[in-house]
Amino acid sequence: MNTNPVLQLKGIHKKFPSVHALKGVDFTLRAGEIHALLGENGAGKSTLIKVMTGVYQRDGGDILLDGKPIFPSNTGDAQALGVSTVYQEVNLLPNLTVAQNIYLGREPRRFGLINWGKVNRDAAELLKGYDLDIDVTQPLSSYSIAVQQLIAIARGVDMSAKVLILDEPTASLDADEVQSLFRIMRDLRSKGIGIVFVTHFLDQVYAVCDRITILRSAELVGEFEAATLSRPELIGHMLGKELAALGEHKPQSSASSSEPLVELKALGHNTNLSPLDLTVGKGEVVGLAGLLGSGRTELCRLLFAIDKRNSGELLFDGKPVNFSAPREAIIAGMGLCPEDRKHDGILGQLSIRENMILARQIKQGWWKFISRKEQEDIANRYVKELSIATSDIEKPIEQLSGGNQQKVILARWLAANPRLLILDEPTRGIDIGAHAEIIRLIRKLCADGLSLVVASSELEELVAFSNKVVVLRDRKKVAELQGDDINPQRIMQAIASN
Amino acid sequence: MLNPKFIPLAVTCVLFFVLFGIGSAQFEGFGSSRVFFNLLSDNAFLIIAAVGMTFVILSGGIDLSVGAVIALTGVVCSVLISKYNMHPLVVFPIVLVGGTAFGAIMGAIIHYYKMQPFIVTLAGMFFARGLASVISEESIPIEHEFYNQVAEFGFMLPGDAWVGTSTLIAVAVLIAAIIVAHYTRFGGRVYAIGGDMNSAALMGIPLAHTTIRIYAISAFLATLSGIVYSFYTFSGYSLAAVGVELDAIAAVVIGGTLLTGGYGYMFGTLIGVLIMGVVQTYISFDGTLSSWWTKIVIGLLLFCFIALQQLLVRARPK
Amino acid sequence: MNFTKNQNLRRYLWPCAGLLVLMLVNAIIAPEFFTIEFKDGRFYGSLIDVLNRAAPVALLAIGMSLVIATAGVDLSVGSIMAIAGAVSAYYITKGVDNLALIIGAGLIAGLIAGIVNGFLVGYMSIQPIVATLILMVGGRGIAQLINEGQIVTFDHSGFAFLGTGSFLGLPFPVVLVIITFALVQLLTRRTALGLYIEAVGANPSASHYMGLNAKAIKLSVYVVAGLCAALAGMIAAADIRGSDANNAGLWLELDAILAVVIGGASLMGGRFSIFLAVIGALIIQTLTVTIILSGIEPKFNLLIKASAIILVLLMQSPRFQQQLSQLNFFKKNNKEINRA
Repeated sequence: MNTNPVLQLKGIHKKFPSVHALKGVDFTLRAGEIHALLGENGAGKSTLIKVMTGVYQRDGGDILLDGKPIFPSNTGDAQALGVSTVYQEVNLLPNLTVAQNIYLGREPRRFGLINWGKVNRDAAELLKGYDLDIDVTQPLSSYSIAVQQLIAIARGVDMSAKVLILDEPTASLDADEVQSLFRIMRDLRSKGIGIVFVTHFLDQVYAVCDRITILRSAELVGEFEAATLSRPELIGHMLGKELAALGEHKPQSSASSSEPLVELKALGHNTNLSPLDLTVGKGEVVGLAGLLGSGRTELCRLLFAIDKRNSGELLFDGKPVNFSAPREAIIAGMGLCPEDRKHDGILGQLSIRENMILARQIKQGWWKFISRKEQEDIANRYVKELSIATSDIEKPIEQLSGGNQQKVILARWLAANPRLLILDEPTRGIDIGAHAEIIRLIRKLCADGLSLVVASSELEELVAFSNKVVVLRDRKKVAELQGDDINPQRIMQAIASN
Repeated sequence: MLNPKFIPLAVTCVLFFVLFGIGSAQFEGFGSSRVFFNLLSDNAFLIIAAVGMTFVILSGGIDLSVGAVIALTGVVCSVLISKYNMHPLVVFPIVLVGGTAFGAIMGAIIHYYKMQPFIVTLAGMFFARGLASVISEESIPIEHEFYNQVAEFGFMLPGDAWVGTSTLIAVAVLIAAIIVAHYTRFGGRVYAIGGDMNSAALMGIPLAHTTIRIYAISAFLATLSGIVYSFYTFSGYSLAAVGVELDAIAAVVIGGTLLTGGYGYMFGTLIGVLIMGVVQTYISFDGTLSSWWTKIVIGLLLFCFIALQQLLVRARPK
Repeated sequence: MNFTKNQNLRRYLWPCAGLLVLMLVNAIIAPEFFTIEFKDGRFYGSLIDVLNRAAPVALLAIGMSLVIATAGVDLSVGSIMAIAGAVSAYYITKGVDNLALIIGAGLIAGLIAGIVNGFLVGYMSIQPIVATLILMVGGRGIAQLINEGQIVTFDHSGFAFLGTGSFLGLPFPVVLVIITFALVQLLTRRTALGLYIEAVGANPSASHYMGLNAKAIKLSVYVVAGLCAALAGMIAAADIRGSDANNAGLWLELDAILAVVIGGASLMGGRFSIFLAVIGALIIQTLTVTIILSGIEPKFNLLIKASAIILVLLMQSPRFQQQLSQLNFFKKNNKEINRA
């Protein structure tokens, strides 16, 4: 195998106003290899890719392409240099034909006008090399995502790619489609192209990759040969625990014997979650473990009626319920702190006070207005109770740090007096101090009799507060751990088991 | 099976023939080449303006300054020709360059300051009308031999159908626009931006350059439309062509172009203008129907086409 | 603490200061600007004129500010004015004498128009500019249809009172603006509706996660906008004792949008203040008076208005602010260099 590095990143730094997203990360891609780039949400994968492709400008470090430093200032630049990217949500144009998409911006011309005959012939010819025999004059949107992805790859490679970056290309493909994608990837590898493969399906990593680079918390964990890295080691690196250094399970109160608050019976969704059973007792904390994409978030969304379930039953307090919208779940006594705080959680322009009282207000109905005085009392109380660092409850929430924003969102639900609180990655992207406080808070809430469902990729965290841990993999429930079985080792085994 | 992307265009064409057919069946002399070519010559300025609007709408934008630019063009032309005794052929290039620059500035503001096209071109509309009324609040007649020659220029087709300068300019503009939209790389970029601006940027489309050019073209064609408009009126007036931008938008939508951008054909815009013309002609032939029915029918057509577009967008596989 | 207080204050400071400065300029040019006389049971003076003439746009701006807070826009309010005016005129000329019926009919016209807009935007997910364009174009035709294209004049002293009457010494349109302002303020700030509107505008996705029904909220703001427009249309009709479907409310939707933007609202949705929207309407009217008073010919009116919009929009653009601060930065640097 060719071991010449085609693309080298050395000591890359990237800072955003609120986060240091990459802290001196190295990455080396050889010509003719498939290289997996792995890490949990927020580890810095997508920032690293955006730095490589010119979407972001690096704040420190070097990028060498064939040994020469490059400074791509936009994706067009990177493409011209030979670095092409194919994203999960295919970044082609659905309204243009397949052929137009492939040759956009570089259409062959005759007498100054586009030679459509040649465009279509060339496109059809090019796609034959990818086992695609389709009508290239149809709009892109008339083909499946899998085909669109191959078209995007064909376009990228045809534009003289030395480096092809595939960002979660398999997330919406079925098994056959994944196989044909792998065939193309191996084919391109044999032609000497360096491929960066981002995915959260570990089976796929082992099926097709030569080497693996793992990031965690904006830093490089290491670069490994796929053949010699075992699956538990891999997961250990991703989640931040070496197998040897795992902590002990701290036994929790015996609340798990209490009567059930929520019962799921074969609850499932056609594409997002295989049917599963789950019981959450009153005053119990149920941890949801699993890697990114395992179905954690999907389960949270189904519980809270953001997505509608396709099968199964949901019992709340013994009664079957069928929420048609989150509002009904809220009225029944649920709350959800979503994973993507900025996009789905905070109302950026609005004040801390308004962000806090909104869920309670929605629960009461719009005409039963919570008076300004009462709003201020609620806000001040939670600012104090959750020690939210702010001088003023009228400050727009977007001006707070991530940890404080998360506390405001927690306060939003606590103010609505829920019986079940669903927390999806409650400690993601927040600093150590706030992290510990949120864990303490979860324990306290549970002691107060609130039931919690907490999805997290931090095993230690789950171990620290869960009465029960449900392990998900590939959108299926693979294990339910209780009592002494709740320790990082067991969880990791369940995630890794085949 | 008809390719779904042609459905709106096909509906438009069928609608035109049906409307023209109804008119012909009902009124003697409606179904003649004379009436058809009158549609073209009466609406030549609108065709030109609507072609410019089509570029803007295909890119997902909107240009509300069109009517005001037409008025400003008329006022500037009439002042330069009548008060400063300049030859129209000297005046036209001047206003065309000025108009194009005006559009380019709007495009630059839209792109660089990330503002919504509707509010920027709305300010542009106020600005152009304001400038026109500052130059002259009165209607200024244009008296020049050249204008008489323009009016006389043309030829007769069988059936008493007159093809004049305005018609010829409109047809030339349409052909040029079809070539630019469908046979140049720039045209592809316009559709690309209208399809998905982020993807277009990721695919390496120069957004700044393309956006500025799109609004420059629209303003250039609005200026040209203003010149053609002055051929009808032999004058320049700051309150002329009020609401032409709405007629142009309506024509583009009825012509099958998606208002959110990315889908549509230049040719459809021609048919869109003709449909509006047929409705007007029908109403004037009828004699008992009043002119406001034009607006109501156009409103209804707008609604139907927007609803149809919405259905097609929803039916599209994801 | 000071930081946030300042920010909230600043939101109100700029438009109010702008209005005050314009008024002072007027007073300097024409000292009688602030003079108010009381005779025949009502106030007279330039200030009262400004209030009276700004009334229709102020009404539209109240409704428009709610629509813009949901990241929408309503282009049809001018046409709705024409429809409401035409409807009331129709009933008066048909011999209906009951004032409540006449006004009720106009308001119902506005309500229906608002429901149509709100349905298209909220429930059919059509872009607001596009959805309201339909009624902007078609609405004027409907208004003409109602009175068969005629400019109808009428004589109904009760209805004319809406436009020309006075109450507690104030012109009645001003009183109507105050009443509408109070009602909408009550509706949005004494219930949670205002907060919901701001939430949907600030972050539609997060609002969905909290169970807000964005469709119904959008419907409600277009209904309010339609009702405000209908009221403005009836004032305009009462003022001229007639209905001119061609010209009633023509281009006023643009003034209303402008008023809201001058009031500091973002077209991207979020925070709204109907108080600031009304201030915005007053600024537009005062500016018109300033132009007249300062001897600039009224034909410069539009040009100055256009420059004002561009300026206000630029001031709101983050990139422009950044460029300005860079400019300041360079100036400071230069000074330091010069000092050195």
